[in-house]
Amino acid sequence: MTAKGWLTPTVIAVVALVLPLILRDPYPQHILIMILIWATLGTAWNLLGGYAGQVSFGHAAFFGLGAYSAGLLFFHLKISTWWGLLLGPLVATAVAVPIGLICFRLRGPYFALATLALGEIFRLVFTNWVSFTRGAQGILILSTFPTKVPYYYIALAIWGLAMFTLNRLINSKLGYYFVSIREDQDAAESLGIPTTRYKMYALLPSAFLAGLTGAFYMNYIAFIDPHVVFSLGDISVMVILVVMMGGVANPWGAPVGAAIYIALNEIFRAWLGSANVLAFGILVCLVILFLPNGVMGELGQIRRTAFRQKPAAAGGGQK
Amino acid sequence: MSFFKVKNIVKNFGGLTAVNKVSFTVEKGEIFGLIGPNGSGKTTIFNLINRFYPLTSGEIYFQGQRIDGLPTHKICELGIGRTFQVVKPLKRMSVLENVMAGAFLHTSNIARARARALEVLDFCALAHRKDMEAKSLTIADRKRLEIARALATEPKLLLLDETAAGLNPKEQEEAIAIIQKIRDAGITIIIVEHVMKIIMGISNRVLAINFGREIACGTPREIANHPEVIKAYLGEAYA
Amino acid sequence: MSLFGQTVICGILLGGMYALIAIGMTLIMGVMKIINLAHGALVMVGMYITYVCYKSWGLDPYLGMLIAMPALFLIGCLIQKYMINRLVEVDSILPENQVLLTVGIMLVLTEVARLIFKSDYRSVTTGYSSSTFFVGDMSISVPMTVGFFIAMAFTYLLHLFLTRTDLGRSIRATAQDRNAAVYMGVNAPRVTVITFGIGSALAAAGGSLLLPLFYLWPDIGHLFTAKAFIITILGGMGSTMGAIFGGLTLGIAESLGATYISMGYKDVVGLVIFLFVLLFIPGGFKSLTKR
Repeated sequence: MTAKGWLTPTVIAVVALVLPLILRDPYPQHILIMILIWATLGTAWNLLGGYAGQVSFGHAAFFGLGAYSAGLLFFHLKISTWWGLLLGPLVATAVAVPIGLICFRLRGPYFALATLALGEIFRLVFTNWVSFTRGAQGILILSTFPTKVPYYYIALAIWGLAMFTLNRLINSKLGYYFVSIREDQDAAESLGIPTTRYKMYALLPSAFLAGLTGAFYMNYIAFIDPHVVFSLGDISVMVILVVMMGGVANPWGAPVGAAIYIALNEIFRAWLGSANVLAFGILVCLVILFLPNGVMGELGQIRRTAFRQKPAAAGGGQK
Repeated sequence: MSFFKVKNIVKNFGGLTAVNKVSFTVEKGEIFGLIGPNGSGKTTIFNLINRFYPLTSGEIYFQGQRIDGLPTHKICELGIGRTFQVVKPLKRMSVLENVMAGAFLHTSNIARARARALEVLDFCALAHRKDMEAKSLTIADRKRLEIARALATEPKLLLLDETAAGLNPKEQEEAIAIIQKIRDAGITIIIVEHVMKIIMGISNRVLAINFGREIACGTPREIANHPEVIKAYLGEAYA
Repeated sequence: MSLFGQTVICGILLGGMYALIAIGMTLIMGVMKIINLAHGALVMVGMYITYVCYKSWGLDPYLGMLIAMPALFLIGCLIQKYMINRLVEVDSILPENQVLLTVGIMLVLTEVARLIFKSDYRSVTTGYSSSTFFVGDMSISVPMTVGFFIAMAFTYLLHLFLTRTDLGRSIRATAQDRNAAVYMGVNAPRVTVITFGIGSALAAAGGSLLLPLFYLWPDIGHLFTAKAFIITILGGMGSTMGAIFGGLTLGIAESLGATYISMGYKDVVGLVIFLFVLLFIPGGFKSLTKR
């Protein structure tokens, strides 16, 4: 990278590190942590969906498995849920293997529907297998830290890990292969790319990071139940919307989308009360219709509209 | 041991027999042409070699090794590359990135893949477009990209599917030149074509098929004068 | 033994009504090739319209249905014309934008319903809501039976429409090969608008028939979307016969699951069957009957 290329990430890193010292109120700190959680989950999904083109409608399964790995460590074995940060991602990754082998035989909408069904099966199993999971009662733990600041830094580290992983993967042979598979799976096979294997190479880190996020969620929010962590609408579909709004196949798509989602949700909630979800739904429709590739994807178009410049020539685009 | 051998291959789609006991061999270094009217099964044969579709029955051998059970990517790894009749550019990648996707078959290093891709683009006279997004290319350039990408996988045998379709005469000349360059570089070629001037001009031997079945095999001159071939293309009156 | 018979019959009756909802979805999927995650929300809107007719004017749900259907037809046409059709020309990285637009529409419909009606469970109890009649010693619900026969009648009418009218044939042509249909003079955008309208109207009909049997609240849409998908995949995309088969299969499987396994796990049965069909019989029932 050039010297200029280092500037932005460094500035962001410095700002991120000092932010909780500037914003000392627990409420904005909570907002930041939620943004980081969604940015990480979104990055995890983006790797599989945005870059490799396998649009999963069931990522809540990995998130929930991570959360419950942490929670059940405490519930059954009285071990601290922080060990879930190790166990959660491993469980999620292990489960991802059979899920991938099953679902990668399908393409496009059929893949989406299969992952949707699997996510729902997990939710229903965790809801009904009460002896193992406490079912709808959920799992409640005591918070480890009295303030939010340590949680913030842990969330920041996790998000940093996610961004680093994404960066390393997409700037390697795997990255080229992922995008080739997304653009044309048949052409990719004919170029010697073992597409199922490489889809797994995208799925496993994706599941790992989603599980890690879930485990952290357990520790931070201190309460989980299947209805929340395995939720189709609030997690699986929402993460797709978040990344889509920010821009799929762009490393900053998930963080930008997460910031928009959390910030707007708070604003809508403050202004509109219970109509906030309606406002979000309208926003989703507008973004899809007018910014089909998300904020990062349409940045050029947004700049042109904002500054009333002439349209660019054909060519140029993003990987 | 022949370089490439296809033995009695059959493909049924439901009730339709698209390919009916076709056999042929291809010698190393030659350009082998495949002609036939539309719907005669030419692209299906390519799809069978490349295992886009599984064989209903028959055998395919490449350099003595049986390949008809292997998955598509493995067949490419062994050295068979192909282009598609309806081109499949990786649309949101640049021309260079498209070719790199092929080059990565033999290396995991980005710099080396890029270097190899640039070589291939030079070879195919496409280097001036290297940073253009594939979806912005003209049809002629897309066809050339298709070839370049396949070449980047370092094939020993290249299957070219109607690379000249839709090109104007000048572009066709350029396409012929590239194909001959590929042959001169030591790569064996099987080519499907409708443009007679091209396929008869450059092939060493030609197989003519109709309704999935072989009707004649020989040198271009033999094929051009073969009554069955004339009947298939021009009708009874001319046979 | 009569428990088994009763369970199966209950499954069939319920399944027939589910099928009506699914037929709307399979029609839409067959013609426009889009996954419509808002389908259940359309059912929910239809149910609320019928509910309002009942509460305000004492109109029986089977009559309120005749108001809900045209209303949903109109809503469906508007959605397709001004929102979904717009996406066809857009060039996005992932083709799933259409699906996500339906999610946005689903959110809007659900939240508008919640704003108006709150999240309270509502129900419609008519004179016959809990009536049953007996066949041997099996007890069979009256509203289920009436609903089933009305659903079958609608299905038959739809079948006549699709096979005997020009518009119906245009719809089937567009489903089979959109470009070819356009070359034959079919106005494809108009066909997609009408198809979405019809699919929505059928969703409203199915919902109204189920109103005496379900509690109504804004999120009930999700339940019906899931069921419609399972049935569509089971039956094969675009096939009305398949939707009937899928509906009956789902209804029976759910009914048996509820009786013999547990209420909680009954939905798992449907999902597992769904996955199995997706993986091993991708064309659904329709593809099996073509052999």
